[in-house]
Amino acid sequence: MMDQMPTILMLAPFIGAVGLSLLAWRRPAAAMPVVFGALAITVLAAVLTLREVLANGTITYLLSGWDRLPERAEGMAVGIEYKIDAFNALVLVLIPAIALINALYLRTRLAVECAGKEILYAILYLLLVVGLCGMVITNDAFNLYVLLEISSLTSYALIGIGRRRAAHATFNYIMTGTIGASFFLLGVGYLYIQVGTLNIGDIHEALMASSELRGLASIKVAAMMIMAGLWLKMGLFPLHGWLPNAYRYAPTATGSLMAPLVTKVMVVVMLRMMVSLFGLDYLFAELNWRPVIVGIACVAILAGSFFALAQRDIRGMLCFLIVAEVGYMVGGAWLGNEAGITGAAYHVLSDACMTFCLFLAVAAIILRTGEHRLSAFRGAFRKMPVAMAAFTVGALSMVGLPPTCGFFSKWYLLIGGVEAGQWHYVACLLISSLVNAVLFFRIFEIALMKVEVEESGSFDVDALPEDPEDRWVRVPVGTIVAMIVAATAVLMIGLLNRPIASFIATWIGQAVEVAP
Amino acid sequence: MELLTLTAQFEWILGKSNYWASTVLLLIGLHAMISKNNLIKKLIGMSIFQTGIILFYVSAGAKHGAQIPIVHYGHDSHESHDKAAHAAEHAADAGQQVAEAAAPAANHAADATHTLGETLYANPLPHVLMLTAIVVGVATLGLALAMVQKVYAAYGSIEEDEVLDAIADSTADSTADNTVDSTVDRTVKGTPEA
Amino acid sequence: MMPILGSTVSTVTEPSLLPVFACLASLLAIPGILAFRKSPNAREGVTFIAGGIKLALVLMMVPGVLSGKMYEFRFFELVEGVGLEFRVDGLGLLFGIVASFLWLCTTLYAIGYMRAHHETNQTRFFSFFALSLCATLGVAFAGNLLTLYIFYEMLSLSTFPLVSHHGDKKARTGGRTYLSYLLGASIGLALPALIFCYTRSPEGMDFMTGGFMAGKVGATEAAILLLMFAYGFAKCGLMPLHSWLPGAMVAPTPVSALLHAVAVVKVGVFCVIRVVTGVFGTDFLLEVDAATALQWAAAITVVVSSLIALSQDNLKRMLAFSTIGQLGYIVLGVALLSPKGVAGSMLHIAMHATGKITLFMCAGAIFVATGKKYISQMEGMGRTMPLTFAAFFIGSLSVIGLPPTGGFISKFYLVMGTIEAGKIPLLVVFLVSTILNAAYFMPIVFRAFFPRGPTAPFRWDRVQEVPKACLIPILITATITILAFFVPELGQRLAALMVPGL
Repeated sequence: MMDQMPTILMLAPFIGAVGLSLLAWRRPAAAMPVVFGALAITVLAAVLTLREVLANGTITYLLSGWDRLPERAEGMAVGIEYKIDAFNALVLVLIPAIALINALYLRTRLAVECAGKEILYAILYLLLVVGLCGMVITNDAFNLYVLLEISSLTSYALIGIGRRRAAHATFNYIMTGTIGASFFLLGVGYLYIQVGTLNIGDIHEALMASSELRGLASIKVAAMMIMAGLWLKMGLFPLHGWLPNAYRYAPTATGSLMAPLVTKVMVVVMLRMMVSLFGLDYLFAELNWRPVIVGIACVAILAGSFFALAQRDIRGMLCFLIVAEVGYMVGGAWLGNEAGITGAAYHVLSDACMTFCLFLAVAAIILRTGEHRLSAFRGAFRKMPVAMAAFTVGALSMVGLPPTCGFFSKWYLLIGGVEAGQWHYVACLLISSLVNAVLFFRIFEIALMKVEVEESGSFDVDALPEDPEDRWVRVPVGTIVAMIVAATAVLMIGLLNRPIASFIATWIGQAVEVAP
Repeated sequence: MELLTLTAQFEWILGKSNYWASTVLLLIGLHAMISKNNLIKKLIGMSIFQTGIILFYVSAGAKHGAQIPIVHYGHDSHESHDKAAHAAEHAADAGQQVAEAAAPAANHAADATHTLGETLYANPLPHVLMLTAIVVGVATLGLALAMVQKVYAAYGSIEEDEVLDAIADSTADSTADNTVDSTVDRTVKGTPEA
Repeated sequence: MMPILGSTVSTVTEPSLLPVFACLASLLAIPGILAFRKSPNAREGVTFIAGGIKLALVLMMVPGVLSGKMYEFRFFELVEGVGLEFRVDGLGLLFGIVASFLWLCTTLYAIGYMRAHHETNQTRFFSFFALSLCATLGVAFAGNLLTLYIFYEMLSLSTFPLVSHHGDKKARTGGRTYLSYLLGASIGLALPALIFCYTRSPEGMDFMTGGFMAGKVGATEAAILLLMFAYGFAKCGLMPLHSWLPGAMVAPTPVSALLHAVAVVKVGVFCVIRVVTGVFGTDFLLEVDAATALQWAAAITVVVSSLIALSQDNLKRMLAFSTIGQLGYIVLGVALLSPKGVAGSMLHIAMHATGKITLFMCAGAIFVATGKKYISQMEGMGRTMPLTFAAFFIGSLSVIGLPPTGGFISKFYLVMGTIEAGKIPLLVVFLVSTILNAAYFMPIVFRAFFPRGPTAPFRWDRVQEVPKACLIPILITATITILAFFVPELGQRLAALMVPGL
């Protein structure tokens, strides 16, 4: 049973989705229980897998029992393999956990935001989790593409379910997303043609073994295409055009699920490609793309931060902050040293939690006050203390103040930048922290002191008289629990950064050792 | 003789004609996706783009004088029989379970030439992979068409510039076009939410 | 590696929860404050009790520290090699005593001020007040650079709502200036310097007498890092990153009094002292001669701020610039790198705190009683408010550095420090600034008691003093200022623990 945990965690939401689609068309009430049940099983299975990895190291799981053929070419893989190592296991727990906590919030919104389409939404929700989990653990390049497309298709639909403006935003997202996935597929195709296998580990070994293979232009093109596809998918500036609108106009429950997870899982995939497929040696010593990509990442960080500053509505601001955070992670990963990659990996975990926390809190505040601009925060500390507390924790984490996880991920990234001598990256990280501080303290001001906010965004007007609707506004219990859990996670991941980082380092260490 | 040298010089075009075709399709598709105004034309471009990739993969599996990869029973060795059976089985399965679709038998087929005597089989794996990709393409197309319908229902047009104008107008007019439901419920203190 | 501080007495670390409780006492008061939001007396009572407990806990550590022990508590490791740690040594305890004692006084004062002034949002005020004191003690007791940074940031954040308390446009602008300078400097300068130190010293960042960075950086690197830390910890008010201080005067006076005379600014210079003595070490800095730039930055701050103070008419602004100058003294003293200079700067933390807090409280009391905040309006006020202005006089004596106030003692050490270090130009700077201080303080007092123009003879029944709740703390701190002159031993002994060769 324990051995089958990797499949169980993939199958549980899948069976849930299929079950809902076959049996529950007329019973919208069945949606949430099935979602909760399936995700709970997934979380449990993921935690058990993590325990297994902690105890015994990397787990390799061969789907359908297709063993490697020892007599064929040094044991090349025949079937699809799942490979769960240190970093994967952590992300694997994170994905269903966030989905489950978000489901608490979803329950309060399903009937309102997707009336009549509850079952459909639940099916898509579960399939998205399947896709994301699979992407993280699969060791087969084409399987990765398939799961990438599963997550993409379900996310297009989850966003498209939203209101009026969601339709056009989704259309653009479909266009861009397809281009990205197709580039990825092209890259995989180049690799397959040259190396002859789709198994990531085997491709890596083949590349390591043969320097003439490494010298081929098609491998270089493959790397370029795979990276370009992933960057489109994760929203690295300037390929981020789809991101703000897609997340802004999505239903709130979708936004709070996808914003923390989808882009981060793409970063995880990029890290996998870098560390486990191409290998750090090849990418940094032979190709030497670091200067260019770190430069792009710096621009992404600055652009995301300053565009966020210019936004008038809150969710738009958060979306551009996601763009900046993607810049952090890409820059950190492409620093090429252990600290940088550890930082990027740790930042995946911490950014997922803090984005989740912020999106939940903002959704609660927007829905209760009915306003989507900064004025929604008027007097919020008094009206909605739990939501604002969660927002504060998330905001302090974004700025990078201890002891939240954002501080520690900046710590590792800064150390990586200093050690690699990439001073522009260090400077951009610091500038973006300061811009985040401006962004969020602007909001704290409005929330603490009851100030009228002009629509133009400049706060030149003196305090208005007492707001007649100034009463403590009720937020549903599910949302409150979700926010508290998210905020606690932000703090816990921060305080536990040492064990997490050293665990991640074992993954990086293994990968570096394997390379000759 | 000269014709041979001539052909040899243009080998990088003629010999790689499939890659050229694929590239041209990719570029046509990209161009359509980016520069066309009509949403349906963009979708057509997207399909062309994906077709280019499919062509790329499938043509990569072709070989000169190769047969279709179906093994005749009794003519070939026991090993190849198993492998071919698996290849066929998985080709059939490819359309169904998405998670298990892509292939085992990856290198079986590639190596099949060695154990199957002089008969050459075209590599079935790219076909299998592309079946999946086609399915994905179809799903994406369907979803995108549904979105185009929604756009039309919302803005009355499927020309991008008109849609963008309509969006700009509606934002200017009212604040109703925001992220939240107009059915925002302001609950009074103490009243539990429904 | 056990950090050893002070060489006169052998030091030993003793694990103890005392510093933790002392720090948390005010934090734990916050739920009480929130709970009693409807009954102001109960709420203020909670603050008092917490303040009393805090002071008691801090004082309990005095005998131990004086005998050479250091109370230590390790929470947990935060990053590889560095954890959240408290370690109470002479300097930390000195600052801790000053902060907790003056918190008690200021709470009493705040009660009087806020009520007399009918301020709104008092619960919020007292909660964040308590939180900022928790952060101040956290800084005082921090055992390594990372802990110091964490509590430093916590202080910036918890004082922000206090500065923009009034909520009107001016207050918000002041608050924004405050935060942008402080956070901008700490994230932009102090954090990179911190990380650079960590990369050079990954085994730990504990403060130790020789400095944990000694020998790990070159001369220019040390000089640059020192400046980055000094400007990064912008609470120490080095020019040109000083503008937040006059801007923060929009806060209610209890805030200005406590935070900008005691907590916030002293945290800034405390951090600079820690960096010089505990991170780099005075010997190392002398060796590589890295502190010269800092000396000149401090010297310029001292002179320029005194000149600006001369030109101010708003009393609180004048006091703000005076504070900047006095902070410059402290930074200059420690940058001299001589034993007397360093000891003088530590002592000056305490002496200046008592003197300045008296001055600020007087300014606030005058505003509450008469609504006047400009110096030009205060002619003759000494006749109606003799006690207040007497206290003001004592406070200004302390800041100028004249006996019989404590300020004289610390100034004496500082001046001796310049001679010891052989930097005569800096001695001149001290003397010139003393004269300038006198030039802007003495006229106020003089004009208050002896106004120009015809005056009625002084009569006790025409005295209209400030509210009692304000007056009592003023008199307490003024008395302490004088007492410190006669009984400076506690401060001196605590300082001596920190400075080898004193």
